[in-house]
Amino acid sequence: MSWTGKMRTGKIRIPAEIWTLAALLVLWQSAVSIFKVPEILVPPLNVVVREIVTHADFYLEQSLHTLSNTLAAFALSVLFGVGLAIAIVHSRFLERTLYTVLVTLNNVPKIALAPLFVIWLGTGNASKIAMGVMISIFAIVIDAVLGLRSLPPDVIDLGRAMRGSGLKMLLKLRLPNALPSIIAGMKVAMSLSLVGAIVGEFVAAQNGLGFVILSAQGMFRTDRVFAAILILALIGTALFYLMELLERILIPWHESRRSIAPPALVVAAAPPLQSGSA
Amino acid sequence: MALAATTRIDNAAPAAKRPPAIEIEAVGKVYQSSGGAVSALGSVTLDVRKGEFVSLLGPSGCGKTTLLRIVADLEHPTSGRVHLHGRALDGLGFVFQRDVLLNWRTIIDNVLLPIEFKNKKVRAYRERARELLGTFGLQGFENKRPWELSGGMRQRAAICRALIDDPELLLMDEPFGALDAMTRDQLNVELQSLWRNSSKTALFVTHSISEAVFLSDRVVVISDKPGRIVEVLDIDFPRPRSLDIRDEAEFGRLSRHLRGVLERYGAFRRA
Repeated sequence: MSWTGKMRTGKIRIPAEIWTLAALLVLWQSAVSIFKVPEILVPPLNVVVREIVTHADFYLEQSLHTLSNTLAAFALSVLFGVGLAIAIVHSRFLERTLYTVLVTLNNVPKIALAPLFVIWLGTGNASKIAMGVMISIFAIVIDAVLGLRSLPPDVIDLGRAMRGSGLKMLLKLRLPNALPSIIAGMKVAMSLSLVGAIVGEFVAAQNGLGFVILSAQGMFRTDRVFAAILILALIGTALFYLMELLERILIPWHESRRSIAPPALVVAAAPPLQSGSA
Repeated sequence: MALAATTRIDNAAPAAKRPPAIEIEAVGKVYQSSGGAVSALGSVTLDVRKGEFVSLLGPSGCGKTTLLRIVADLEHPTSGRVHLHGRALDGLGFVFQRDVLLNWRTIIDNVLLPIEFKNKKVRAYRERARELLGTFGLQGFENKRPWELSGGMRQRAAICRALIDDPELLLMDEPFGALDAMTRDQLNVELQSLWRNSSKTALFVTHSISEAVFLSDRVVVISDKPGRIVEVLDIDFPRPRSLDIRDEAEFGRLSRHLRGVLERYGAFRRA
């Protein structure tokens, strides 16, 4: 029967991901010992794990440092990104000026700006957070503008027929309609915030996982480099699933999240970009 | 007829003597397009009396929807003006061709949306929303999401949303156009009884002759390019009307007459 088949694949899906990752780790460990790769190039998994476990406090502290900068950058990006998008959608002038500036800035390799932030903001947390915001905010602005603009014409008519204020229109219609888009942007922004924080730590820092990687490289402590990378992979994955969870909570009504098959009529009505009917 | 017992007092007065609810004075609409100016509406003058059910009947693209949208202030006329009596635009409920239910809201929260838009207390209207949904056979669906309902149920919910703030004017733009014939018949009957039990003035756009005759006190026929009123027909069937009246000779005569008018103004291609 088809429904039992569906349930079974549903149960297998999560272990499948863990299995794949586990297989990857086994491959790492065995490849290093089979091909006798020098430890200074690629240390075996057990050495890396031992390094993390013996210096657990140190790695925890550095991880929290990087994580807090990442989350701060992400929060600021969401706040300012959505704010900018709302302003751009509501003002023809800002659309012509601010949006153009943002798109141009987005095409500058932002990593090249990292040294500037150190000059402006110093070597503390501020420059790392600024770097994270700089890299991640565009994803939010661009997706949020797209989402805010794609309110179907008949929903606009509905709002106008109810004679609500512009604020009602924004809060009750435009923003909820844009939420799937905004969350898609947030998913990208979350991983980019982590990239920004690490880049900031590469350029100038006394702590954080980026700093650990850079200083370990100077001493050829490849095990430390790998330890930091492994932790970063864990943090990145955890943040990704956090966003998935957020999506599940915030837009349970979205097509991609529906548990039951929608009737054909609803599917036909769903695309946000529809030309108005006469 | 037993009709008088259930009819309210102002409905009992002859339609022509009731005060006007909507006054449409020489309304015209010209669209500017890349190919030049297109006249969508000629000069339309029409009074709709309080408590009256008036249908605008015409071929698609004849400007009847434009006229309805101008009455609702969703579009501005190029010439002429519309005057609404009573609560005016505040007392107006609009039902669209598509149900336009919001997927992020439950059915009852969709129905309550106009209350939120008007900054009224939602809690005070929750019971009314429940009752309205009940009269349209949607009890038990209050907390469902729109995509869990059939097309007919969705349009019923959309009608409840238009009625939640107890409007004086109910404007409907081909609300049953997308539904199958049986659902459409049933909703016509439900709409009639709802309208009879309230004191609402209804302006109903349709391109279905039988729907117009079944529901209306008056059918206004509009021709296309530009939209003009070419005929106003009084429908005197006693109410409540059952679907059976469609089999009566008089119903057939009125329908044939309207089809003839539409034909004369080029609504049908001759075989």
